[in-house]
Amino acid sequence: MNKEVIIIGGGVAGMQCAISLAEMGVKPTIIEKSDKLGGKLNDWYKLFPTFTSASEVLNPLKDMINELGVDVKLSSEVTKLEPKSVTIADGTTMSADAIVICSGFEVFDARLKEEYGYKIYDNVITSVDLERMFCEGSVQNLDKNSPSRIAILHCVGSRDEKVCQTHCSRVCCVAGVKQAIELKELYPKSEIFNFYMDIRMFGCGYEELYKEAQIKHNIHFVRGRISEAAQTIDSKIQIKSEDTLIGRPLKMTVDLLVLMVGMSAGKSNNSFATTDGINLNTSGFISPKNIFTECVSSDVDSIFYAGTVTAPKNIGESITEGVAAAHKVAKFIKL
Amino acid sequence: MSWGYTINRARDIDMDRNDMTISKLILEKIPSLQGCIACGACVATCSTGALTKYSLRKVHTLVRRGEYSGLLDELNKCMLCGKCQLVCPRGINTRAVISLIKRELGDHR
Repeated sequence: MNKEVIIIGGGVAGMQCAISLAEMGVKPTIIEKSDKLGGKLNDWYKLFPTFTSASEVLNPLKDMINELGVDVKLSSEVTKLEPKSVTIADGTTMSADAIVICSGFEVFDARLKEEYGYKIYDNVITSVDLERMFCEGSVQNLDKNSPSRIAILHCVGSRDEKVCQTHCSRVCCVAGVKQAIELKELYPKSEIFNFYMDIRMFGCGYEELYKEAQIKHNIHFVRGRISEAAQTIDSKIQIKSEDTLIGRPLKMTVDLLVLMVGMSAGKSNNSFATTDGINLNTSGFISPKNIFTECVSSDVDSIFYAGTVTAPKNIGESITEGVAAAHKVAKFIKL
Repeated sequence: MSWGYTINRARDIDMDRNDMTISKLILEKIPSLQGCIACGACVATCSTGALTKYSLRKVHTLVRRGEYSGLLDELNKCMLCGKCQLVCPRGINTRAVISLIKRELGDHR
């Protein structure tokens, strides 16, 4: 069989889609812009809600890709997309019978919310920085033996029209609860305050994790969005918010402020959308053909989607879409 | 001589100055209170709340922030009927919470 299928992006959705196609007898090609497979998951430490190591999810997928002999082109960025071909940065054009876009999301750039002082004050970090610090085994300026106060701010770059992010990134609620527990376990003497607007625990085991954070770890939840952060003379961070459940302003000095950065639309979505039949929604994610029945299809017969290119999703959902897209591709190329 | 001017106290909840001792003690004695999700079911069903501004959700949140002023008077409006306990989705023993806060805030009547 000589059917060519190109998968754009080698994160979890792209890898799973390639695996499912290879298992059905197709030899797909993954085009990945970075120098390794795995996408953002390479930088995560442990996964909610079970604290499973990210590598426990990533390594079996990578092994399967190798075992099945999937063709992988690393350090290759797609510059042009057409219904039956893609062109990569070095000028090579590859033709395909079907294309699956699995190009994922971008982490929201917290510098755009200047009032929180990211990259201005040392002790303001993002949830992505925190994952890296967990991988390294310690968090900046926190001492295991002395008490510290940590604030975690939810919805940075989510549900915020000021930075053109009207959507909810979904996974940051539970990620914030997960990181609060991890911080408490690493720094048992610390007090942790999660500032939230709503707590959206949509997945299996998420609500239970939220309750565990409250009861077992005594994580404090304050309903209010931090309006500003400022550095004190001793390099701590003073935050201001409204405690909306009381109806009064609140201020607090913390040793560390963690910003839960949301999922923004992939940077390549704009160039993909120059192809007829590929449309973006208000936050810049690609709109699938039908969000109920055709969530991995586009209006172009030969182009399919999987993963966070269409909306914020968790890992399980992205992998499921990889399988679903492979099935749709197989039907389209008449396997 | 009064000029009719006064100085307003700042309204903010100052978490750097508030004394959290009683707050921590209450949570240690009834840890299930940590599980409050501020849904307001207790207030919605409250007979006292139907006639006054009494709100257990608000009183408990004030305790959690170390803001104790006036809370004893508020809690004395409660008739301990326990309807809030029946509706609490997190299973908090609200009557025990009310009695405990009153005791810790110095109500020995």
